[in-house]
Amino acid sequence: MYVAVKGGEAAIDNAHRLLAHARRGDPAIPEISPEQIGGQLKLAADRVMAEGSLYDRDLAALAIKQARGDLVEAIFLVRAYRTTLPRFGYSEPVDTAAMAVERRISATYKDLPGGQVLGPTFDYTHRLIDFLLAAGATPPEPAEAAAGEGEPMARVTDLLDGEDLIEREVAPDGDMPVGDLTREPLDFPAERDLRLQALARGDEGFLLALGYSTQRGYGRTHPFVGEVRYGEVAVEFVPEELGFAVPLGTIDVTECQMINQFKGSAEVPPQFTRGYGLVFGQSERKAMAMSLVDRALRARDFGEEVTAPAQDEEFVLAHCDNVQATGFVEHLKLPHYVDFQAELDLVRRMRAEYAARRGEASEMKEAAE
Amino acid sequence: MRAAMRDDLPFPRTEVGKETEAYNFAYLDEQTKRMIRRAILKAIAIPGYQVPFASREMPMPYGWGTGGVQVTAAVLGPDDVLKVIDQGSDDTTNAVSIRRFFAKTAGVATTTKTREATLIQTRHRIPEEPLRDGQILVYQVPIPEPLRFLEPRETETRKLHALADYGLMHVKLYEDIARHGHIATTYAYPVEVAGRYVMDPSPTPKFDNPKMDMCAALQLFGAGREKRIYAVPPHTRVRSLDFEDHPFRIQTFKQPCALCGAEGGYLDEVVLDDRGGRMFVCSDTDFCEERRAAGHRGAMAADGDAAGETR
Repeated sequence: MYVAVKGGEAAIDNAHRLLAHARRGDPAIPEISPEQIGGQLKLAADRVMAEGSLYDRDLAALAIKQARGDLVEAIFLVRAYRTTLPRFGYSEPVDTAAMAVERRISATYKDLPGGQVLGPTFDYTHRLIDFLLAAGATPPEPAEAAAGEGEPMARVTDLLDGEDLIEREVAPDGDMPVGDLTREPLDFPAERDLRLQALARGDEGFLLALGYSTQRGYGRTHPFVGEVRYGEVAVEFVPEELGFAVPLGTIDVTECQMINQFKGSAEVPPQFTRGYGLVFGQSERKAMAMSLVDRALRARDFGEEVTAPAQDEEFVLAHCDNVQATGFVEHLKLPHYVDFQAELDLVRRMRAEYAARRGEASEMKEAAE
Repeated sequence: MRAAMRDDLPFPRTEVGKETEAYNFAYLDEQTKRMIRRAILKAIAIPGYQVPFASREMPMPYGWGTGGVQVTAAVLGPDDVLKVIDQGSDDTTNAVSIRRFFAKTAGVATTTKTREATLIQTRHRIPEEPLRDGQILVYQVPIPEPLRFLEPRETETRKLHALADYGLMHVKLYEDIARHGHIATTYAYPVEVAGRYVMDPSPTPKFDNPKMDMCAALQLFGAGREKRIYAVPPHTRVRSLDFEDHPFRIQTFKQPCALCGAEGGYLDEVVLDDRGGRMFVCSDTDFCEERRAAGHRGAMAADGDAAGETR
């Protein structure tokens, strides 16, 4: 009897029909809409936008629905869609100092111009399961700020910059081409623009672990959160035929400015150094982890010895993309029986050789006795 | 921003997920294809050299053939006849999936017959039937760098290739011999192409390495996740690395194919029961079927070959 392993197009179709059925779940329970996902599971949609590298909440929400809540799968769906989109140019640099801030905190100053704005945050909540949510209670109205509280919020790093206490971020020449690792293959050593791009779309969990490792001594950077801010920024674009910037719209971003241990030399007085994180939507965990890893990856710039994984550019950049990682890990599900057969044959042969040697050895021993 | 981008979409938003007409021939846009073709031309000009290319995200996962799919999409024309195999078989799930992808997005004719195909995309095997002039064989490659497991750093391996410094690889093969008595690499066995670059033949069993040498067909290799393309032009020397006193040798099987009786082909081992029952059948399903159609019979061939299906 021989059962041929035939893939069978019908089998694949049946598997996908079963998937659609499983996705829907119990038909007695109302179907979830992408609007509900985008609105009530907003942080999930934010993550899909950030790591999918496409700012489109509706699409992210739909992808989450299609992926049955598997965020890495949803990110993959968004990426595969994104790659088909035409590219009509690059926006002007986004000015986060002009952000319509919803949340802004600094860990380095007790108070500062613009103040500390807590905004919607899990921080300081007690992590007790709220059974009222299961019953569907209406939350109380949020408190409103008094008129005149909206003073401008300069970035903390700009305040330090005024005193020359922190390394200056020299804005690169406006005509300098912007690196884009989705259009050009990544080359090592990579410049910071490409590194930041890779980190911005890198896996949150991977960057979190790497950032954490720098705190535990694997490439220590002595970080302080200069500032984390979240809110709406304007995106502007210069159409060639106009020659001036026109607003395209606004996007929500989270920015983290990490202030790190100072550096100085015979020529340069000691100064704080920086790590930077910027992600679509609200994700402080991702923005902070990104800024830790960004700083760690700048080891080369500061002449620090590269000893830890988080400082190792090839290690970090080659492995931070979860779409690549999940694809390659999960490809192990594909048939490998041709290669396995080759290994099987080799192991059998080596075992036979081993047995033959043992046989010879015991015969010789007997002969000797 | 969103509204502005929407207008430029190649298809209206509501059609996301609705299939194909809205996509370009063979899925990729023409600019991307041109970029890939340039990389392919460079690869052909420098046999065995890994050319970086701006690999795109494809609608199938990395590691599942995105490199091969991009190379195929870039060289496929409307008159091509496409064959896709995985582990030598036209019927494995991923081969079916990729064949369908091109049937859908390019509307090309597909076949399972090696002889009829003008373009064959493969994962891990080279067909048993010798390839001919004008055919293209596209390999799916997971790790294109033959030195990767000896030196993990790209900056270093590129240097080693530039200097043709392949000492590491020879030491590895020598250590195999010292430890096991013979070279313990059975697939992805390194080859030297046109007397210059050492190349990973993709994880095909070393059994297939001799077929690459002086092959009449053009051999293209695509690694999507690793963003590399390389090539072996037709009629090019491909030499498996070895030593004078330990010459390269391919796998041999003790018995012929149980279905078609072929000898000297690459066989898959099929487990029949939990009492050690095994049978060996051709890994190249087209080769096996052709032989059976021609009247060859192996020891376990049933009349009519009632083949079961995965459900």
